[in-house]
Amino acid sequence: MSDLHQSTPRVRLPRSASAGDTIEVRTLIDHPMVTAVSGPGPRDMLARFEATMNGETVIAYDFANGAAANPTFTFHVRAAAPGDFTFTWTHEDGRRFTTEGSVRVT
Amino acid sequence: MTLQRRTFMASAAASAVLVLLPLPAAAISLDDEVQAALDAILDGRSAEEGGIALDTPAVAENGAQVPLTVRVDSPMTAEDHVSAIHIIATANPEPGIGSFHLTPHLTKAEVFTRIRLAEEQDFLVLAELSDGRVLQAAARTAVSIGGCAT
Repeated sequence: MSDLHQSTPRVRLPRSASAGDTIEVRTLIDHPMVTAVSGPGPRDMLARFEATMNGETVIAYDFANGAAANPTFTFHVRAAAPGDFTFTWTHEDGRRFTTEGSVRVT
Repeated sequence: MTLQRRTFMASAAASAVLVLLPLPAAAISLDDEVQAALDAILDGRSAEEGGIALDTPAVAENGAQVPLTVRVDSPMTAEDHVSAIHIIATANPEPGIGSFHLTPHLTKAEVFTRIRLAEEQDFLVLAELSDGRVLQAAARTAVSIGGCAT
């Protein structure tokens, strides 16, 4: 479909943290999450969310039909240097929406 | 009259308590589709009650956006951590809501998201631990406006 929703992810991270501290991470992506199960289609669903820190997965989520529109997550990461985060949402059709963020870990 | 009122008050108090505490998941009757979703996660294991706190409104204004915090007692170390949290609806068109995959890079096994509930129902949360055990809990949420129009 040509009218597929283009999503813009947003992430809230602290500017800095001490190594070992808890970093609260909040994520939000605007996406209608159309299941087309009991309403009009076409189906338009994200399949997976993944957050990495310094290249390693810290948390992931597999979406099913009961996921709400504009999916949001809050979770708590143990700060480790250098504190480089990547957040990726993968659509069922394979498209990826990605954003990055850094926490200065001292 | 007095007795009836007393009985009513007692049952109202009992319901209020049930809303605040997690329900025993084992007490909930499940249809075949929900049972199959559970069995796929359990993979022959049995789930233990307890160790999970669910923070969700007893009455959600909008079933399409029901806030949910899941908190599992866990030190989240390499040796002892929660590896997955699964959320399953019992009265949606399909049982799957979503599955978290957790790692010891998290300081606590606490996650927040928003879920979609088509109508008032119980939903189940299963937590898989790194030692292979599975914990379960359930909560009941009423919804003012159902959440499955899409």
